[in-house]
Parts: sequence; structure tokens; C-alpha cells
Amino acid sequence: MSDSRHVTDVVVVGAGPVGLFAIFECGMVRLKCHVVDALDAIGGQCTALYPEKPIYDIPGHPRIDAADLVRALGEQAAPFAPVYHLGQTVDRLDRQDDGAWRVTTSKGVEIVAKAVLIAAGVGAFGPNRPPLPDIERYEGDAVQYYVKRREDFRGKRVVIAGGGDSAVDWALSLVDVAARIMVVHRRPKFRAAPDSEAKLMALADSKRLDLVIPYQLDSLEGDGKSLRAVIVATLDGEKRRLEADTLLPFFGLAMELGPIAHWGLDLERSLITVDPATCATNLPAVFAVGDIVSYPGKLKLILCGFSEAAMAARAIYPLVHPDTPLHFEYSTTSGVPGAAR
Amino acid sequence: MPKMVFIEKNGNRKEVDAPLGLSVLEIAHRNHIDLEGACEGSLACSTCHVIVDGQWYKKLDEASEDEEDMLDLAFGLTHTSRLGCQIKMTPELDGLTVRLPPATRNMMVDK
Repeated sequence: MSDSRHVTDVVVVGAGPVGLFAIFECGMVRLKCHVVDALDAIGGQCTALYPEKPIYDIPGHPRIDAADLVRALGEQAAPFAPVYHLGQTVDRLDRQDDGAWRVTTSKGVEIVAKAVLIAAGVGAFGPNRPPLPDIERYEGDAVQYYVKRREDFRGKRVVIAGGGDSAVDWALSLVDVAARIMVVHRRPKFRAAPDSEAKLMALADSKRLDLVIPYQLDSLEGDGKSLRAVIVATLDGEKRRLEADTLLPFFGLAMELGPIAHWGLDLERSLITVDPATCATNLPAVFAVGDIVSYPGKLKLILCGFSEAAMAARAIYPLVHPDTPLHFEYSTTSGVPGAAR
Repeated sequence: MPKMVFIEKNGNRKEVDAPLGLSVLEIAHRNHIDLEGACEGSLACSTCHVIVDGQWYKKLDEASEDEEDMLDLAFGLTHTSRLGCQIKMTPELDGLTVRLPPATRNMMVDK
């Protein structure tokens, strides 16, 4: 078997808090998991949107920062040796003749599993793409959402759009290699470390970079591959043309249900309808838990997702071990099976 | 019961019940209005960006600095842009009218 093909009991889609706890609950009933997530790190929204925000409604934790919760959940899942496939989305879900599911990720990884457990929250994260006509055609060289190599910008005229840490930090970093840096932002205030903001202002004062404020992105000018200029506009519609080779838009992350919408699941307003007793979806051996599910009385709370993960794991068990009834034991008695004690 | 009006992306006007104390985001979701609200009102995203009708905008409390920070992540901003999760219905806002901005897309899953 090559590195890109795997066989396991359960594929968990989404490594947010509920997906992580699902690994633990599956592990407690002897189910092995592979886990796929669009982000490069585990934790989902807790990692991507609010790592430093405290959460007050996790049972047993009067207050815990989201990043600390994710760390603890990762630790709790670790004894069951989950295999993480990060930085990729599940593109396809195909049922094999033997009833197993074959999951194919955006990086071409194939995982065959007896069951699929979707814990995808509000969907997959990706860079927030400005709604400019034809922007897709420029993505790659002329429009980039991540800086891969600083050297790629040597001698280039670069427009950086956005007002957060990424925009400010990359402006400060690229100013030494780029021919020209233009920072487009809608207001004179930046959401960045005060020290970085001060450096940015100092560079602008000494004319080493241009602050193009208060402007928003309006459109792109070019041949559909190479960029000639980025057109920006004020709130009142006054336009300015910035001659440039590259645009770096930094507008945070957006989430979308993405490919999940095309798997034949019963959806109600982008939420997966499940049986609240088992978290089973309308597809055989496909379960869903956490913020992505809907049933009467559903609460979008992490703690409810934890409970759903426990129910789903027990509902999946007989599909993987049809001939061995599940003997119920509390963790105080069983400990963590497979873990060093 | 106070009312409010959503003007959808296709120009359709939808008048709905607007219970006091609920946010514009919650009212949208109760009425199946296509306003995302990915972070469920925790002021961690900008997907519930709405454009408030000019006469109503003046009646709103000013946006907090946290809300302004999140609006930095939105597109198609106007002079009267706000986040739907931060506007709560009061008796004075009976009749509030907001427009939904053009859609944004997530480039990773929307190729």
C-alpha cells in the first residue's frame, strides 16, 4: 500500500474540537480513525478564528482559552494514534461494492473506511477571496493568498490589501525586496501589534511604502494572467489606478460547506439532518456531529458536539465489529484502552 | 411585534417579524434569509455584513472597535455597513431595513 492509500475503521471529516473528541470516543470503543481537515493545524474555528478567546461553557473548565482546549483534546485523542491528513479537504465520498466508503482528499489521498463521521462545523476554511471579476484567472502568480517565497517578490510592484496582522507583517517584510509596496486599507487604523503598526507608519512617512487609504479593492486590470494594475475605490466611488505586478489580499478566512453539499446527504439550510439518537445521516454508515448537524432542539455548543460524538461512536461500533457485542464500561473502570497506563 | 425588512441579493424585499432583543443575524436565520454568520455572532468573522438603509443607520449605536476590526475583513463596504450580529432590535428600530451585500467566496473549496 502506498502512502496515499489507507484502510481504517472511521474517517473523521474535520479536526475541530468535536472531531478531536470523536477520535477519543471512537478509540474507547476500539475504532481506529483517520482525520481530514482543510486547515494545516488541528482545532478548527478554535484555532483559526479565536485561539486566544476564553470559553466558559466547557464542563469542568470554568474558563479555558480555545487554543488550550484544542491542545488538551489533541492529547486526549493521541493514545488512539489517529492519522491526520491536514491541509486538504475531502473531495469525494464513494461507496464501494462491499459497502465500505472510499474518501478521496484534495491532495489525492484515498482512505477506505467502514464508516464516515462528519464533524465539519460550518465547512472548510480557505482564504477569503475578494469578489473581483476574473480574480480566479490571476490566482497563482499575480494574485496570491499566502506568501510562499519572499524572493518571488524581488523587484515586483506589490499591492497588499487588508488591515490585519498579515497585511502589516508582510508589508514590513517585503519592503526590503519589492520594488514598491502599496498597502490598501479602508481606514487609517490597523489591527496589528502596536509596534508593527508604528513601523508601518514610519516606513510610509519616509516614503518607502505607500499607504493607499481609505480605499477598497475595486477591480483588476491585466491580460487575464499577468496583472497591469489594481483599481481601488473610495466609499464614494472615487477610483485610483495602482500599477502593480502582484496583489496579496489578506482578508482572513472564509468557510464553506464545499464538496460535502454534493454527497447526497439530506441538508436543511446547509446543515445535515441526523437522527438525534445515533447521529446517523440518510446515507448508510455516514454519521455527522457538531455544528454541522440539525435535529429538533439542536444547540450549537461544543459540549453538545461532545455528547453527539459519544453517541455516534457507539452507533458506528456494530458496523465495524458486527459479531462482537459492545460491553459497556465507564472509563474509570476500563481506563484508556491501548494507552500506556 | 416590530418588523424589519431584508433586501436580498436579487432585490427582493422581505418583511419579517423582528422580536425585541434578537440580533439582525438571528432574525435572518429565523426567516431563512441567506445571511451566513459563520461564527454564530461571536464577533470572530464578517460573514453577517449588512448594508443598513441610510435613515436607519443614524439610529444605531456606533460600531465597537471589535466590530470595525471584523468589518476590515468584509468586501463591498459602504458608509452604512454593519455586522448583523451586532444590531439588536429595539422599539426604535421597528421598520429597520438592511440590504445583503454581494456574495464572497472561499477560494479553497470554490474553484
